[in-house]
Amino acid sequence: MPLPAGITKFIGQVSSAIYEVEKGAVARFAEAVGDPNPLYWDEEYARKSRYGAVIAPPGFFGWPLRRGESSDDLKTLVSSLAEAGYGRILDGGIEWEFLKPIRVGDKLTVTSTVKNIVERSGKTGKAVFAFREIIYVNQNNETVTRARQTTIHLVG
Amino acid sequence: MAKQLYWEDVEVGTELPSLAKVATTQILVGWAGASGDFVPLHYDDAFARSQGLPGVIVHGALKRQWLVQLIIDWSGDEGTLRKFSCQYRAVDFPRPMKTLTEAHEGETWWGKGKVTKKYIENGDHYVACDIWVGKGEGEVTTTGRATVILPSRSAKG
Repeated sequence: MPLPAGITKFIGQVSSAIYEVEKGAVARFAEAVGDPNPLYWDEEYARKSRYGAVIAPPGFFGWPLRRGESSDDLKTLVSSLAEAGYGRILDGGIEWEFLKPIRVGDKLTVTSTVKNIVERSGKTGKAVFAFREIIYVNQNNETVTRARQTTIHLVG
Repeated sequence: MAKQLYWEDVEVGTELPSLAKVATTQILVGWAGASGDFVPLHYDDAFARSQGLPGVIVHGALKRQWLVQLIIDWSGDEGTLRKFSCQYRAVDFPRPMKTLTEAHEGETWWGKGKVTKKYIENGDHYVACDIWVGKGEGEVTTTGRATVILPSRSAKG
């Protein structure tokens, strides 16, 4: 089935931002999950570990300095899809490849590419699936994580 | 801390220790702030109902992080999580709050997992697992896979 008009132009779109991994943010994230692991907040414990420093739980990548500067093109694609009648958005899942640890103090260059957008008809009606690839590179130019993220946009 | 797990300690079929979790509306607010996910489906009851749901639902990504905790608790400080994936099969509803800090009685969720594969590649000792979040009578709402490298007793020194 064809995509709504004006959506195919987002395929291949790349956006990028710098995320800082800060101690308080890492601790708050782990707390929000209910995860007491001292690697995520106890400096002395973490220093003695093989990481040598407090690390972020896999799945946390820090924050851009200003909220509007996310690497996520999500808002533009999302609002275009909403205008086309696909106003409901669901998390379609994630695939991560963790290559190196992320430590408090790291600065990550986060680059997100829209790999594909397809329309599918299923049990619940028509839906648009957006597939993104996200690469996280730290200040030492090491790729620390690769991600594949899916968002599902439903009529509504 | 728990004793470190070694590759030799697990077999295909080994079950991970279950991880009990509770989601409350207050926990969802904390998660929204910590993760930056402010979609109103997770904190605005009227909005959730306008979307056809009976009430606010648990963020998928919070359940995802429960599973990350499950696998990392099991693989220990010397284990390394290499790959992780998950998808959301059904919605979950948080317990509402009764007092400023306590939730009403209600659902408890369980992060669970099982080893599906053991292998050695490039000198590293890998274990692959199926992982999932279940509740109630065993209904599974979130499913995923994780691959970890475990330390091996054969690789001392």
